[in-house]
Amino acid sequence: MRALLEVRDLDVLLGDYQVLWGARLAVAPGEIVALLGPNGAGKSTLLNTVSGLLRPRAGAITLDGAPITGLPAHRIVGRGVGHVLERRRLFPYLTVRQNVWLGAYHPGARAGREAQFERVARLFPVVTARGAQLAHTLSGGEQQMVALARGLMARPRLLMIDEPFLGLAPRVVAELAEAIRAINREGVTILFIEQNVELALSLAGRGYVLESGRSVLDGTAEALRRSPGVRRIFLGG
Amino acid sequence: MEIVNFAHGEFLMLAMYVAFFAWALGHLDPLLALPLAVLALAALGWATYHGLIRWVLGGPMLAQIFATFGLAVFLRAGAQFLWGVDFRVVQDPWLGGRVALGPVFVGLPQLAASVAALVAFLGLWRFLARSETGVALQATAQDRQAAALMGVDTDRMYALGWALGAGCVGAAGALLAMYFYVFPDVGGTFALLAYVTVALGGFGNVPATLAAGVVVGLVEVFAGLLLAPAIKYAVVFLLYLAIVLWRPQGLFGRW
Ligand SMILES: Nc1ncnc2c1ncn2[C@@H]1O[C@H](COP(=O)(O)OP(=O)(O)OP(=O)(O)O)[C@@H](O)[C@H]1O
Ligand SMILES: [Mg+2]
Repeated sequence: MRALLEVRDLDVLLGDYQVLWGARLAVAPGEIVALLGPNGAGKSTLLNTVSGLLRPRAGAITLDGAPITGLPAHRIVGRGVGHVLERRRLFPYLTVRQNVWLGAYHPGARAGREAQFERVARLFPVVTARGAQLAHTLSGGEQQMVALARGLMARPRLLMIDEPFLGLAPRVVAELAEAIRAINREGVTILFIEQNVELALSLAGRGYVLESGRSVLDGTAEALRRSPGVRRIFLGG
Repeated sequence: MEIVNFAHGEFLMLAMYVAFFAWALGHLDPLLALPLAVLALAALGWATYHGLIRWVLGGPMLAQIFATFGLAVFLRAGAQFLWGVDFRVVQDPWLGGRVALGPVFVGLPQLAASVAALVAFLGLWRFLARSETGVALQATAQDRQAAALMGVDTDRMYALGWALGAGCVGAAGALLAMYFYVFPDVGGTFALLAYVTVALGGFGNVPATLAAGVVVGLVEVFAGLLLAPAIKYAVVFLLYLAIVLWRPQGLFGRW
């Protein structure tokens, strides 16, 4: 297997505090992979380092074999990595349409903008139904859909999503999970964070578990479900 | 971009000196010196971002405040050192005297300044709302990390924001030099009024700032006329205090 994304021995500090200790993971093209771990384990820190918002102190990040470690965030998007941040982080005082349009800001995505906009609007009709509304006036579920639509506008090969289901009603969770599957079927590789093990493994084919900044477990969804380690970490059993 | 430039008044002072020296040394009318002042100040804004602001942005709030405050003290003292404390005046600018607008007499330079402010406002507003770069600038101000993930070089946007802001001050300074003395402390009162206006309208809200500017201007004039010229600023600041206590987010809030 040639990995699309590979993270090796990543050490990351926030201020003086070391969050990640030799974290690692690998994602193959076409996969849906879950990143699991309790609160404060360093999951968001790991994704933020991959997308270039943070710089690691040590370790290597490669995309399709090419190193992207330490590149600034606005250059990494151009390499085909999309990142939907924890809590959606739409631009609150821009319209929904402006938000989504900005998703294709980088030079590589400008050309096919109209066509891509139509494609994401078919997947997430809220983008056109609420196009003229300011983003902060949307409901949480609608915001998450707009955030995904915005992330897709850059036509990423890999889309990283930080806690897409946070605070959503069960019906919206199911709808969103179906949308993520649809995105994946169109050829986008998915790496997402989720705290709920059952939910995460119903969507993902494989998963990685972070605990206190270390990669402690990984395996297929099936294997992780039965793993005593997962039970210990998440249920304290 | 939640950072306030406490050297705003000193930028204005420098722009006025640009216009004054263009007149004194180069025999250029302030109207002709205006583009020069805009460019000079835009360059200063850009340099201020790269040389100073950038290094304190991640730091504590106090460091950010003291950085631009320190710059203000430095620029003021530098101007005193280089050019002395004398009041300088641009004599016989092209635009002078008054015109009658119906029953009201308005100074011609002041009228020109208002028109220019309106044009600058419309230009800025259009740029921010319509152009790709303008929207990216707004996005950067609203969420820097999210903007970076869209492919926006946020460092450049910050520098652009500082250049744009200072460039507008450049235009204001050149126009002001047509009818106001130039001296190292000239920026103080104007900057204070500018902060009051911006806070009154709501930080980051461009059209509200225009409306608040008109309110402040009218209050100032009527307080001077009906009460006493000596206390007109006191009335403006009282109004400001009252409104900020009642609506801390400004009259119109954000956008
Ligand atoms: N700016 C910061 N300075 C110091 N420590 C921080 C900072 N931001 C986060 N941390 C700490 O880093 C650790 C990892 O944070 P991170 O957000 O990556 O965790 P997470 O696994 O995403 O958690 P959650 O599930 O709650 O989102 C936490 O212990 C957090 O308290
Ligand atoms: Mg997190």
